[in-house]
Amino acid sequence: MAKKTGIKIKAADVSVHYGDKQALHNVSLDIEAKTVTAFIGPSGCGKSTFLRCFNRMNDVIPSAKVSGSIQLDGAEINDAALDPVLLRAKVGMVFQKPNPFPKTIFENVAYGPRIHGLVTSRREEQDVVEDSLKKAGLWGEVSDRLHDQATALSGGQQQRLCIARAIAVNPEVLLMDEPCSALDPIATTIIEELISELQKKFTILIVTHSMQQAARVSQKTAYFHLGELVEHGTTVDIFSNPKNDQTEAYISGKIG
Amino acid sequence: MSNVVQKLGAKKRAAIIEASLKKRHAKERRLRAYGVAAIIFAIGFLVTLLSTVIGNGYTALQQTQVKIDLEIPIAKLLNDEGQFDEKRLRRYGWGSSIKKSFRTNFPDVTDRMAQRALGELVSANAGFELRQLVEAAGPEATLPTSFWVKTSDDVDMLMKGRMDRNLPEQQRRLSDQQIAWVDALVADGKIRKVFNTTFFTAADSREPESAGILGAVVGSALALMVTVILSLPLAVMAAIYLEYFAKPGKVTDFIEVNINNLAAVPSIVFGLLGLSVFLGFFGLPRSAPLVGGMVLALMTLPTIIIATRASIRAVPTSIRDAALGIGASRMQAALDHVLPLAAPGILTGTIIGLAQALGETAPLIMIGMVAFIVDVPTSVTSPATALPVQIFIWADSAERAFYERSSLAIVVLLLFLIAMNLTAVMLRRKFEKKW
Ligand SMILES: Nc1ncnc2c1ncn2[C@@H]1O[C@H](COP(=O)(O)OP(=O)(O)OP(=O)(O)O)[C@@H](O)[C@H]1O
Ligand SMILES: [Mg+2]
Repeated sequence: MAKKTGIKIKAADVSVHYGDKQALHNVSLDIEAKTVTAFIGPSGCGKSTFLRCFNRMNDVIPSAKVSGSIQLDGAEINDAALDPVLLRAKVGMVFQKPNPFPKTIFENVAYGPRIHGLVTSRREEQDVVEDSLKKAGLWGEVSDRLHDQATALSGGQQQRLCIARAIAVNPEVLLMDEPCSALDPIATTIIEELISELQKKFTILIVTHSMQQAARVSQKTAYFHLGELVEHGTTVDIFSNPKNDQTEAYISGKIG
Repeated sequence: MSNVVQKLGAKKRAAIIEASLKKRHAKERRLRAYGVAAIIFAIGFLVTLLSTVIGNGYTALQQTQVKIDLEIPIAKLLNDEGQFDEKRLRRYGWGSSIKKSFRTNFPDVTDRMAQRALGELVSANAGFELRQLVEAAGPEATLPTSFWVKTSDDVDMLMKGRMDRNLPEQQRRLSDQQIAWVDALVADGKIRKVFNTTFFTAADSREPESAGILGAVVGSALALMVTVILSLPLAVMAAIYLEYFAKPGKVTDFIEVNINNLAAVPSIVFGLLGLSVFLGFFGLPRSAPLVGGMVLALMTLPTIIIATRASIRAVPTSIRDAALGIGASRMQAALDHVLPLAAPGILTGTIIGLAQALGETAPLIMIGMVAFIVDVPTSVTSPATALPVQIFIWADSAERAFYERSSLAIVVLLLFLIAMNLTAVMLRRKFEKKW
């Protein structure tokens, strides 16, 4: 078990190619346990690509080739012998666009624990669903209609449902790709509070286009530009005195 | 900084848009006219087809019967226990007693040739059917003293106006004398037309009046059942494999090209394959719906595979990603999330494939489902024929009465198709999910 300040993930020399085009250039970054790390940078700079390396979602894209090493608790995740299913049970993901299953709210949350065999009875399933929805701040709104279609929820509710679905399997790391990009300020606030709450248990990597959001929720920030990791450090440092001109320009709103 | 569009004055801009709008509307109207014309064309063909088929076939819904006065000595047919005795039943001259009774209508016909011509007016199967009727009634029953038995198909045709009385006698199947007899019977009220239940309860027969479609319907249903059971899971699995597991490359391309080709292979080739492999090599029974279904499954596979792949691809990848993201295996993502959403499309493809299979004749002929089979099949291995083959056999027969039956069989085939499509629509409604 990693300590509060221990290194949870060690990414070394990670490059990603889509066909002939290189989208990520030799990125090395250490991620601390139980910390929120924000990835910022202009559109198309490779934030999502990098994030997808941590749960090997790039495997799903036929043209994507990942090289370099990523160690989770000292174990290499790019190991061909490692079943991505095991990895993804440890590293959950919330996507940029809310993508609930077109099933009931209950089914959405229960699905993960069920396929991993983490719950053995209906009773346990219900407990996990309730607890996850509460953690995601959605319980109050949906407790009386758990068996309604998830797709009937509003965009913000769907995104919180997706978070509940991700944390229901109790992962160690949570990847969030612009989780608030489709949300109004109130829903955004709810999710940001949720992130701060989740941080006590999970290591969180979040991609965001909102500087304020990065400043509010993260302790560490990494700035990307054109597929390169330009600068990283504590959020306070990056925002108060960025060492790199590009970083400063981006943060002050001159590029991006 | 202003571009071409910005340089236009407000008036000019409006005029240009208006002018282009006219063109767009005209184009739209033209396209709509093409569409309407195409639909009218299609409906016209459909109406022509249906009216011809129904016009030719509706008369087969009726069967002409003739009244026979006959007292059946039931006591003579029973054994000591009061049950029907097989030997006695067999020995009783059913046909000849019918004929004898029938001849009493015309007592002055004594010449043997003329008597024979008279006997031809009654169905050759009348005796057999009377025996069945008596047996079904049971040994205790009090039988009526007169029965309505089927006339021969020639009389039936005459009564339905399908035989031209004005033709020279040699070109008719009934002689002038025979027609005169029939007319006399009609005048006597001894001829009637009733609903042709036989058509829906019997299998094929040499005599048109005893021939029915049930054997072929059951044969087709059994074959299609085998087809679905074999082709649907295989095709869906193949499609999932190709979409989710196959590494893109030469081998996958090769498989893909071949599947697309397979969909275009003439069906008779599948029949030959079935003949040499299923019958020749594996020694499966001839004329069996099992083999017919297997051959049709081969034919249907590519259609379902192609439809399934298309509908799998139509499912947003975000759903698959969501499943993989929480640690579902590829198979779980496919079976739990993608397939249910692709189900309506898969169903449509399956129904199209099955509809095609239902109408297929050539491959079934190759594996012997063209045989003359008088029993309704009871299992997938009993000899059977199929609807389109039955239509083919009847349409190819000399008797006019078979021809009308083949038209009615086409109607039955169409109804079968409609039933299948309705099932598909209903299932699709059930599976379709709101987004
Ligand atoms: N599936 C793909 N196939 C090919 N190229 C891709 C694919 N996904 C991303 N890319 C390319 O990789 C680069 C990085 O993309 P990525 O999605 O990681 O950017 P991003 O930083 O997340 O941008 P945004 O902030 O707009 O989401 C882009 O140039 C993009 O065109
Ligand atoms: Mg992105």
